[in-house]
Amino acid sequence: MFFDMMESLKSALHSIRAHGFRSFLTTLGIIIGVAAVIATVSIIQGLQYTVNQQFEGLGTNSLSVQSYTSLQDRLQGHLSRVTPNDLELISTRVEGIASITPIISPNSGTLNQVRYGSQVTGTQITGSTYTYQDVGRIYMKYGRFLSDTDNTTRRRVVVIGENVRQNLSLPENPVGQFVRIGDEWVKIIGLSEERGQIFGQNQDNYAILPYSTMRTLSGNQRIPDIFIQMTFTDINMMEAIRDRVTLLLRNAHGIKEGKDDDFRVQTSDQLTSTFNNILTTVTIVMGGIVSISLLVGGIGIMNIMLVSVTERTREIGICKAIGAKRHQILMQFLFESLLLCLLGGFVGLVLGYGLGLAASAAIPNFPTAVVPVWAILLAVGFSVFVGLVFGIMPAAKAANLDPIEALRYE
Amino acid sequence: MSLLQINDLSKEYVMGQQILRALDHVTLSIERNDYVAITGTSGSGKSTMLNILGCLDRPTEGNYVLNGKDVSLLNPDELAEIRNREIGFIFQSFNLLTRATALQNVMQPLIYQGVHGKERKRRAIEALDHVNLGNRMDHLPNQLSGGQRQRVAIARALVTKPSILLADEPTGNLDSRTTIEIMKLFDELHKQNQTIIIVTHEPEIANHCLRIVRLEDGHVAEDRSREKA
Repeated sequence: MFFDMMESLKSALHSIRAHGFRSFLTTLGIIIGVAAVIATVSIIQGLQYTVNQQFEGLGTNSLSVQSYTSLQDRLQGHLSRVTPNDLELISTRVEGIASITPIISPNSGTLNQVRYGSQVTGTQITGSTYTYQDVGRIYMKYGRFLSDTDNTTRRRVVVIGENVRQNLSLPENPVGQFVRIGDEWVKIIGLSEERGQIFGQNQDNYAILPYSTMRTLSGNQRIPDIFIQMTFTDINMMEAIRDRVTLLLRNAHGIKEGKDDDFRVQTSDQLTSTFNNILTTVTIVMGGIVSISLLVGGIGIMNIMLVSVTERTREIGICKAIGAKRHQILMQFLFESLLLCLLGGFVGLVLGYGLGLAASAAIPNFPTAVVPVWAILLAVGFSVFVGLVFGIMPAAKAANLDPIEALRYE
Repeated sequence: MSLLQINDLSKEYVMGQQILRALDHVTLSIERNDYVAITGTSGSGKSTMLNILGCLDRPTEGNYVLNGKDVSLLNPDELAEIRNREIGFIFQSFNLLTRATALQNVMQPLIYQGVHGKERKRRAIEALDHVNLGNRMDHLPNQLSGGQRQRVAIARALVTKPSILLADEPTGNLDSRTTIEIMKLFDELHKQNQTIIIVTHEPEIANHCLRIVRLEDGHVAEDRSREKA
């Protein structure tokens, strides 16, 4: 049996090489299919990998608190909030917290314009503290980031992104310049490093004010909804802190027993897994779409194999006359389609990875493509599957030819 | 015992509504080292006889005992095995694998026997030497002359050391000079104790043989032995 397989393999290789260009065209369907799968998967996986890395920046010993409004409440126009009072409460009444970072998200603030001379630009204005530098992974190009005292003394200072500097025609090094936010003059103390774009979204159009300054500037008539990020000294305390925070906020928000929380306390793992779930769904959907192209590729292989069997009818007749058994003919043709598919799969693998790399390189700051082992196994496995499924019919046709008829074939 | 024994054998084909009886209760026996020509006009049952003798086809009635084994009841794979070991085919149109060299063509039957690389090559070279083509081993069929191609085919037939060499109009596609050359080779093989059956319609070819069986309408019309001149 092994002997027969080796001989079939040799003869299949021989035949594929004899029809080089045709073999290439035949496998093109498989090549494109596999390349598409691998390119898609590698890009998504690369993104996932990078996102996970960024969430790791939050630290594993961190918790986030944010408001949560159920759809039902939202339809009734009721919005939940996590307020500065809640922040106060958590920072004074919970033990074991190492750092606490309040973030007034740009969406909830009333401030969204920065002015310099005659220039005005819309931007995302965030209010936070010095610890936001780690959370937001911000690296300075000029000047410094916010300090603790900037917040405690409500200094009128701001850190801006490169995009804001350009829009306002500020000098290369804008540190020391004054811009107008709301009704106040604010001094620029730092310019952060460029981050480029992700999915066409500019990552450098932002300004960060100290948390307390932001509250002053927006006027206290509107209570902002804030996002709180905290780290704690001992990872084993996480559950206890979480329970404590939940209890405090439920009391503060006056939620009765049996009612649901109007906020979420989440670990960074939970944030990551939420994001990963989305990406996994995307991967599966893309994979499904793309496997249709593999199906089409398989039908292409079957088509050519059927043509090849007809074309080689006489050759099959000769082989049968000199003693080839059915399984020997079957195997020869099956190996040929299998080999074609495997070659296509391999070329597609390399091509797809190349495409993934090229695509991720073409988008600035996009994460590098990563091909996971399961995708390689899937691609190769699918190629083998296609080769077998679509090769068996032509091979059986060849094996069942009547030798007399076949020899008579012109 | 005869090498080959056909008893009361018939072969029928269904052609639409009609049943065509290509061989009609034929009985024939061929001895070891016989040198037989099977002749007849077209439609006499020659080709059918060849297919049955060559185990390419099965009889409708009667039986066929080859080398002590009744082959009329075997399945297609068992017949393939018999063709491989007992019969060496030589065709009018050579029927070589066009993409394979002379050597590869001769090795082909040995692959189906499961003979391994080195031994296979040794035996194929030996067979090619036997037909004086040792110096053309690496040529493709289309780089060889008609006579050379037929000699490759003969080497392929001989390489398995078959009981019978079964030739179907072996000189039909050759010019007269090459025909003489090939027939000489058959004569020599016969002298080396090879059993040879040649199916032909040409009297000159038949006259090389020591026994001539003439078929007519599916019957044996004449079966005569002659002494070689």
